[in-house]
Amino acid sequence: MSFLELSGIQKSFGPVQVVKDFDMTIEKGEFVSFLGPSGCGKTTILRMIAGFETPSAGTVLINGRNQNELKPNQRNIGMVFQAYALFPNMTVHDNVAFGLKIAGMDKSAVDARVKEMLGLIHLDHLADRYPYQMSGGQQQRVALARALAPKPQVLLLDEPLSALDAKIRVSLREEIRQIQQQLGITTVFVTHDQEEALSISDRIVVMNAGRADQIGTPFDIYNKPATRFVASFVGTLNLIEAKVVDPATNRIIIGDQQITLREPLGSNAKAGDKVSLALRPEAGSIAEGAKGDTALTGAVVSSNFLGSVIRTRMKVGDAVISFDMFNAPGLMPPAVSEIATLRFTASDLLIIRE
Amino acid sequence: MKTQKIGAWLAIFFGASYFIIPLIATFEFSLRMRRGEYSFDAYRSVFSDVQFRESFSYSIVMALLTIVFGVLLVVPTAYWVRLRLPQMRPVVEFITLMPLVIPAIVIVFGYLRIYNSSSYIPFTGSARGTDLLLMFSFMTLSLPYMYRSVDTAMRTIDVGTLTEAAQSLGASWPTIMFKCIFPNVMSGVLSGAFITFAIVIGEFTMPSLLNRPAFGPYLQLIGANRAYEPPALAVIAFAITWGCMILLQLVSRFSKSAPAKP
Repeated sequence: MSFLELSGIQKSFGPVQVVKDFDMTIEKGEFVSFLGPSGCGKTTILRMIAGFETPSAGTVLINGRNQNELKPNQRNIGMVFQAYALFPNMTVHDNVAFGLKIAGMDKSAVDARVKEMLGLIHLDHLADRYPYQMSGGQQQRVALARALAPKPQVLLLDEPLSALDAKIRVSLREEIRQIQQQLGITTVFVTHDQEEALSISDRIVVMNAGRADQIGTPFDIYNKPATRFVASFVGTLNLIEAKVVDPATNRIIIGDQQITLREPLGSNAKAGDKVSLALRPEAGSIAEGAKGDTALTGAVVSSNFLGSVIRTRMKVGDAVISFDMFNAPGLMPPAVSEIATLRFTASDLLIIRE
Repeated sequence: MKTQKIGAWLAIFFGASYFIIPLIATFEFSLRMRRGEYSFDAYRSVFSDVQFRESFSYSIVMALLTIVFGVLLVVPTAYWVRLRLPQMRPVVEFITLMPLVIPAIVIVFGYLRIYNSSSYIPFTGSARGTDLLLMFSFMTLSLPYMYRSVDTAMRTIDVGTLTEAAQSLGASWPTIMFKCIFPNVMSGVLSGAFITFAIVIGEFTMPSLLNRPAFGPYLQLIGANRAYEPPALAVIAFAITWGCMILLQLVSRFSKSAPAKP
């Protein structure tokens, strides 16, 4: 039996159904990210786990116990909010101690636990400060310590890094992951930032219009997107329209150039059928000596030097393919209108089936 | 530029003199009780008057009770409207503005009609009952100010998220209200409390028509029968009101440096 089970979850606000038949199981100690655009239902699912929203249908089970009938303050779930939500009238110590005092712990135990938690987030020297005397990153770390202090059975993180600047975001997400692994706490993280989700999750749920389009490891989500939406939402991706030439040999045509796919086209494919393909920008290169069993030739539309990479866009048939090459001292960005040959491995070309 | 500045100062001078000169004149007159010299005899007379002490203490007790019950009514109402019933906000705002639209005399006649000794809820049947009714009427009169002060203070904090954060940490509604919400809207509560205090101390219509020994009717009584004591009382009343205003300013200034926004 899984630790956290969401079965047949639905949620409607009036006539609008924001979560549609959502099923998922999460193991104890797992870090799962819900990734999707605004309004896809990811936060609503998180709020249903926390008890702030009631599912229109379905059940939330934690450790085998149905949570639907429990109020938010009876669930023993820690939550970290985007807006920190520290109590402005309390010091850092009092904020972290809040849940422990409610749990009825005696003062010495509370003080010891607060010290332990502040040590965990490396802010033990700021125990007497008020939230307004700290930076956003520090406030969010205190919010994390406060959520973890009462030893919740599940930790929910509702876009906790969105209000922070880029540098703090990266360091704090690493810190969150490290603390999560150290404590072995089951964590659900909501974000619309794919890089965040890819970098710290055991598994990712890509949400689209109230449904889970794909649930998988970051590697699978990035390299084997199940739907067109996942392919376009996670990472940058070239979507290329092609036509089947010979389904038996997996031959397809892009513009006027024929290539052979590694992935089978499927038994239903017929010659002349349209097929959508996806190619990651980092999968190809036009550099001299670039490796790859497949090649496409086209005219360079634009070429931008971005420091660590050179981003080039090239027209093949009707498709414009964008690809990134790592910068190297000898590598010159191609000129616009130059005819170039893009080399890549056929297995990197994915068929998008939905 | 210089002419403009002089013009502004002249406007301030005339505006201020409109308020200050009558006040100085009142104060000066209040000191003339003893013939041929200035003295505080009028103030001594006022403070030695048992009726003054009784009416003033009565009004202070009523003001404190009005503040306590007003806060207990307004803070949870404003909180709930912000948290769960935002669509009711215009209705609640309209209701809280009613005391400014309906004259106090109309309200008190309504009370006397509904809560008289032969009605189902005979508040005026006993002195304590009438005191209770008077306190409710003071709460009604102070509602526009108290509600707005508290609501403005509540706007500076993210009520919804703070509530959810407290809930996720296991807090019950009373804990959320008294440990997370009240302390963070205290500046608004205090502002509302001071305005309420000033209103209750000076209110004449309600206690007079409900026949209760408050400071307002006492002021009127003295004004009608004595010469030097009324200006002394007016100066005392001004001092009390100003004291409240200064406290209000101090609280607002204090709240600016206090932690308000998460």
